[in-house]
Amino acid sequence: MTLLGQFALWAAFAIGLWCVLLSFSGRWEGRPELSATIVRSVYAVFGCLVVASLALWQGLVTHDFNIEYVWAYTSRNLPSSYIFSAFWAGQKGSLLFWAVVLSLFASAAQLLTARRYAQLMPYVAGVTSAVVTFFVSVMIFAGNPFERLGFTPADGRGLNPQLQNIGMVIHPPMLYLGYISLTIPFAFAVAALLSRRLDTGWIHAIRRWTLVSWLFLSIGITLGMWWAYVELGWGGYWAWDPVENASLLPWLTMTAFLHSVMIQEKRGMLRRWNFGLVIGTFLLSIFGTFITRSGVIASVHSFTQSNVGYFFLGFLAVTAILAFTLLYTRWPLLKADVELESVLSREAAFLFNNLLLVGIAFSVLWGTLFPILSELVRGTKITVGVPFFNRVNIPLGLLLLALTGVGPLIAWRKASASNLKRQFIFPLGVGTVTLLALLSLGLGDFYATVAYTLAGFVAGTIVQEFYRGVRARRRMHGESIPLALAHLVARNRRRYGGYVVHLGVLIYFVAFAGMAFKQEREATLKPGESLEMNSPFGHSYRFTHVGISQYEALNRIVSAATLEVMKDGRSAGIMTSEKRQHVDSFKRPTFEPSTEVGIRSNLQEDLYIVFAGSVNGTEEAVYRFNINPLVWWVWFGGIVLSMGGILTMWPGGGGSTVARKNAQAGYEVTLVGAGKE
Amino acid sequence: MRNPGAGKARVTRRNFLCASISAGLASLIAEPASTTVVQQAQDSLAAAQSGTLRDPSVVGRPRQPTDARDNAEIQAIEQRLACSCGCTLDVFTCRTTDFTCTYSPELHREVLALRDGGKTAQEILDTFVAKYGEKALMAPKPRGFNLAGYFLPGTLIASAGAALVFYINRRRAVALITGPAVDSIGSADATPEELERLRRALADIED
Repeated sequence: MTLLGQFALWAAFAIGLWCVLLSFSGRWEGRPELSATIVRSVYAVFGCLVVASLALWQGLVTHDFNIEYVWAYTSRNLPSSYIFSAFWAGQKGSLLFWAVVLSLFASAAQLLTARRYAQLMPYVAGVTSAVVTFFVSVMIFAGNPFERLGFTPADGRGLNPQLQNIGMVIHPPMLYLGYISLTIPFAFAVAALLSRRLDTGWIHAIRRWTLVSWLFLSIGITLGMWWAYVELGWGGYWAWDPVENASLLPWLTMTAFLHSVMIQEKRGMLRRWNFGLVIGTFLLSIFGTFITRSGVIASVHSFTQSNVGYFFLGFLAVTAILAFTLLYTRWPLLKADVELESVLSREAAFLFNNLLLVGIAFSVLWGTLFPILSELVRGTKITVGVPFFNRVNIPLGLLLLALTGVGPLIAWRKASASNLKRQFIFPLGVGTVTLLALLSLGLGDFYATVAYTLAGFVAGTIVQEFYRGVRARRRMHGESIPLALAHLVARNRRRYGGYVVHLGVLIYFVAFAGMAFKQEREATLKPGESLEMNSPFGHSYRFTHVGISQYEALNRIVSAATLEVMKDGRSAGIMTSEKRQHVDSFKRPTFEPSTEVGIRSNLQEDLYIVFAGSVNGTEEAVYRFNINPLVWWVWFGGIVLSMGGILTMWPGGGGSTVARKNAQAGYEVTLVGAGKE
Repeated sequence: MRNPGAGKARVTRRNFLCASISAGLASLIAEPASTTVVQQAQDSLAAAQSGTLRDPSVVGRPRQPTDARDNAEIQAIEQRLACSCGCTLDVFTCRTTDFTCTYSPELHREVLALRDGGKTAQEILDTFVAKYGEKALMAPKPRGFNLAGYFLPGTLIASAGAALVFYINRRRAVALITGPAVDSIGSADATPEELERLRRALADIED
């Protein structure tokens, strides 16, 4: 099967190259048979990569340890789900995963895109094939997943214990799906530039793709935080690690695009900016891949250092030069239809929101690269860790939260003083009440106070928007409140789905701010000894060390340290944290012992216990205890945000196209005026 | 051979149903940690003798007991010092998380020794910088070139925002001087009451 896999890779490479050459030569124009050939070659590449993927999975499932990749990431006693996910656990397999999913998306784009965009599709095929062919070439020339060893080991090395977690089965594919699907909007943008079809057509064609990418990135990032929290054991979910930052960058710019695209659709503005954002977002996804795979910046998440990084750096540079040169040549054709009329308009608010999102992306990128820059400029190595990123980005994040509340309150084109007063009075009132409540409670942390006050303001905005929409429907149609709410959301999913997304963001901020009050202690306890801690919510906890038990599981020897937990004087059950020594099928240790955190979660706070080890081989245990406030709300915020994203992209709703167009406020006002001129 | 269950207690449908319901209720009522208790019951490498582990090698490196010196003050100092193992974590977090790291325990001992020597928190940080360089700190000191690290993003955003406001206002001013009013509502042949009604209606439906 590996021979077949190798052959499939080469076939994909050859067909992809053919597709790229044919597409960019432009010879297909006026020749439908050549256009059809281009599309068919996209499908053919997908078929080849499916064959290659099946070949690798076959090697994984059958424990063919003669394949270097199978030996490096699996063992005979590895649970089946992790054998399945080992496909993307390592550098080489994840390259194949990337290529096959991208070719699937490329095929789906060809299949699902409406026929009115037919003139763009050969170019779209060319761009997607170029990216797929690049990934295939990296595999062939630098990271072949079918590479064989000179002998066949009896067992594999096994999967890194930290990757043996359900989060790692789901999180990387989600993040990859987000990264990979960014290629499709990029391909449409390049196709629009090449074909000079620079109206809003390409934007309509990619609307779902951009939402899909954003949704997958959002889910992937949240799952990544969850995995880091439950598996890495450092007590938090975001450490501003370079690889974490790399995943955030395209999410930020894509979020900016999702806002600015509305301005282009409604007012014909920001056309250059939107092309720039789509190109920049794609380049950032490749940059993230470069960071993860090159080893140029130290990260706990990165793959082992390899020469694959040079390929990505080269690809990044070439793509950036070509794409921005193309944009430059079309620059005069991308003039906005109308100009911004007032700083106090929703367009301007969206523009400031874009500025801030891109600014935060720059800030994160700047911090990530600053150690390299510092070494280049000063010759001094520095560490840019959590305190740096918090200091720079928390104020920017809070400003963004404020704009989340401001944007929906300002009218399109130009807001009048009466309009502003009418819109802002309730949200500002909610924010003020929140602030007064926090001050009366004596909340000590400045940034947390600001975050909760702004959260109150944004919540006021969202509630007001829903309330006014429901009220308008009740007036017009005499519907009951639940029915009016359902119809309101169903008929304008994009707008109200967007508000649900804002609600998710608001919940995120509330949860993030909670970590300002986390408690952390370390202690050594003999069986029967206890530690007491007080939580920020006023609960007192007593942890009594029961003992350490050892037992064997499928592919590991477990040492479980057990604690009895008392909350406010009442029993709250048992918690355990484990040390796991993973072994292969011959009981030989495969990795250093790893730690499994004990977590007890509720709406207020998480108890988070790490068993650090035993003292001199006795049952005397060293622990780290954390009480982390509001962590549950991070995961809930992720769910709300994802639900909002799904709602926004759900097909249908909003009545007929004509009705939707008429509902666009900016155009209606223009029509009233235009009729009199 | 015909009756493999002979000699065992017979399971009737009623017994099976009762047992299933009891088990289900028990699992609903039980605390979430009940699975942990079950795991303990599976202890196949039970302690050879009370207080001693059967196989200490599988618990990782032997740990030193924490003492009174491992307090919040030391924790705060160590959270400002970077571990040199490449983990991107601070010394406290690394030594209480990555138990394979040999650097962070050593750095911890250095911090304790300096504290025992009577040094203040700032003096300990300075000693680390003098010994290991600026990379020993979790965040570079805000001075010299590092100021660019701290302030460039904010400065750029503020400048771009200010430029944007200036540009929009200038465009607005030019439009007012050179052309007809862009506010098409104002040019409509409608009474102020009608315009106000229109504004309200639009405010309700605008997207």
